[in-house]
Amino acid sequence: MSSCNNSACLNEARRVAIFGGTHGNEMSGVTLVNLWVKNSAEIQRKGVETKPFITNPKAVEKCTRYVDTDLNRAFTPENLSAPGGDNLPYEVQRAQEINRIFGPKESPDAYDVIFDLHNTTSNMGCTLILESSNDHFNLQMMHYIKKAIAPASCLVLLNEHPLLKYSTSRSVAKHPVGLEVGPQPQGVLRSNIFEAMRVILKHALDFIELFNEGMEFPPCTVEAFRVLERIDYPRDANGNIIAMVHPNLQDCDWEPLNPGDPMFQTFDGKTIHYHGSGTVYPTFINEAAYYEKQQAFVTTRREALVASAIRKV
Amino acid sequence: MEHVSLPPLSRVAICGGTHGNEMSGVYMVKEMQKQKVHRTESVSITTVLSNPRAVDACRRYMETDLNRCFTDALLSAPITDSTPYELRRAQELNAQLGPKGSPEAVDLLCDIHNTTANMGMCLIFYSLDWITLHIYNYIQSKMTSAPVRAIQMDIPISEAYSLESVGKRGISIEVGPQPNGVTRADIFNMAKEAVDLTLEWLQKLNSGSTFEGGEVEAYTLVKSVDYPRDPTTNDITAAIHPQLQDNDFKLLKPGDPIFLSFSGETVKHEGEELYPLFVNECAYYEKKIAFHLAKKVTLAFPSISVKKED
Repeated sequence: MSSCNNSACLNEARRVAIFGGTHGNEMSGVTLVNLWVKNSAEIQRKGVETKPFITNPKAVEKCTRYVDTDLNRAFTPENLSAPGGDNLPYEVQRAQEINRIFGPKESPDAYDVIFDLHNTTSNMGCTLILESSNDHFNLQMMHYIKKAIAPASCLVLLNEHPLLKYSTSRSVAKHPVGLEVGPQPQGVLRSNIFEAMRVILKHALDFIELFNEGMEFPPCTVEAFRVLERIDYPRDANGNIIAMVHPNLQDCDWEPLNPGDPMFQTFDGKTIHYHGSGTVYPTFINEAAYYEKQQAFVTTRREALVASAIRKV
Repeated sequence: MEHVSLPPLSRVAICGGTHGNEMSGVYMVKEMQKQKVHRTESVSITTVLSNPRAVDACRRYMETDLNRCFTDALLSAPITDSTPYELRRAQELNAQLGPKGSPEAVDLLCDIHNTTANMGMCLIFYSLDWITLHIYNYIQSKMTSAPVRAIQMDIPISEAYSLESVGKRGISIEVGPQPNGVTRADIFNMAKEAVDLTLEWLQKLNSGSTFEGGEVEAYTLVKSVDYPRDPTTNDITAAIHPQLQDNDFKLLKPGDPIFLSFSGETVKHEGEELYPLFVNECAYYEKKIAFHLAKKVTLAFPSISVKKED
């Protein structure tokens, strides 16, 4: 990125994609993308090509998270270059196809922005997921969205953790943006969740249009929650879960969890307390899909991220 | 109503995982098996994980919905190589806990379920039976953590298709809202309380207590409503309206909104005033049900006690 008069000068965002159905049972994205594939008027903006796309059609058809393997973990360098064609797991084949259409990942030909639409069973409200604290374009977009929907809330989750970060569908783009809205059960479409996601996308596309028209966005601070660690369920010697998220923690995404606070309740009624060294902000509390990934919730800390001023080249 | 005397109820089955992704029952049965809960003083307890393959896969079912496999016809159908897993399993469960309609069947079968609908604690039972009404009455009087409601299925037992119809008496304990594949502690605790109260009531009955008769309100299903769909593709074109979402058991009047289409139009309820339930239950999308509509009935029941042995 080049610097002109204290602003970061970035290329126009000409090619944008909206991914739905990366997990086939997360219904807001599936429904929105299917709508827009039929009629894209709502997502058109001057000077931008916006492509709605169902990333995992087989999983969508079966209304399941994935068929062979989690598509949203599949975009590793090994997978993207793996030989084997039809013998590869379905989602690895899909990842290669998506990389061909919207990438190649980390090349100048990659799409400028990809919005990947997700739902969670956790009580996270509207969350924007950021993969890099140095992505000033994304930081400015998220700042714009937060202001536009206020007083309704939209929080920013930063996952830059070297071990916990994963290779998402959206990571194919130069500016990947995750949209996570909950709580919503898998396979269920809730009207309020659907409309909230729709509104966030509207503002995101407005931002891109304004940026492309030459608007300069002054420096700003974006409050974010940085992922620290993953906490698993208590398990017995055979790996079976022996406790549930405690009622005091359930649905309390983004609220402080202090050392000594109740964290889990065993099936026979005992409380297990949090014994970390300081206050953390848990999120992804009791996400259905994470039981198999050994995750009851993640801890985060609050951080103010600074975004440089940006304008188009 | 005249007082009713009956023999003690000595055999109970507690079933979970009839749908493999409805987690309260799965973990309750596993915990009871871990704690080796076989009996209370007067009641022998059989705990069963109804659909173990679906539980392992954390899916509702593998080939067909187990909880639709218990009609008399399906239970007596011959098994061939192409018989779906759940139909075979239904016949196994019928042999273990039934046979349905015979004197060997367990006295009471409790099957634990979850729903994504905001239904709180619901007890679902088939035709009129004093035992199930008394259990409902007892649980309702003791449970404070959520509203307790009863749903009566108006279907003759031979056509009754769900697991609890295998017992001499059956209750389906339905607790929500909980997403598939998720275990919420508050929901688990409610389901556990209902099971504990049921066993407590049985124990008291068997020990000679008399339970006074009375009246309770229950809901009986009238009809179900599907989502609005595109006539060519059959795709759903609207979501449950925000004013109906999470408002199970709140009386629906003509003119009340029921769906909000993706293009912003409101669809309204027409016809008689009825009570919606199973509003936005995940598993019912494929059964073409957005919600059920029910009417309220009042059911009277007599006082009961066990027959005194001479």
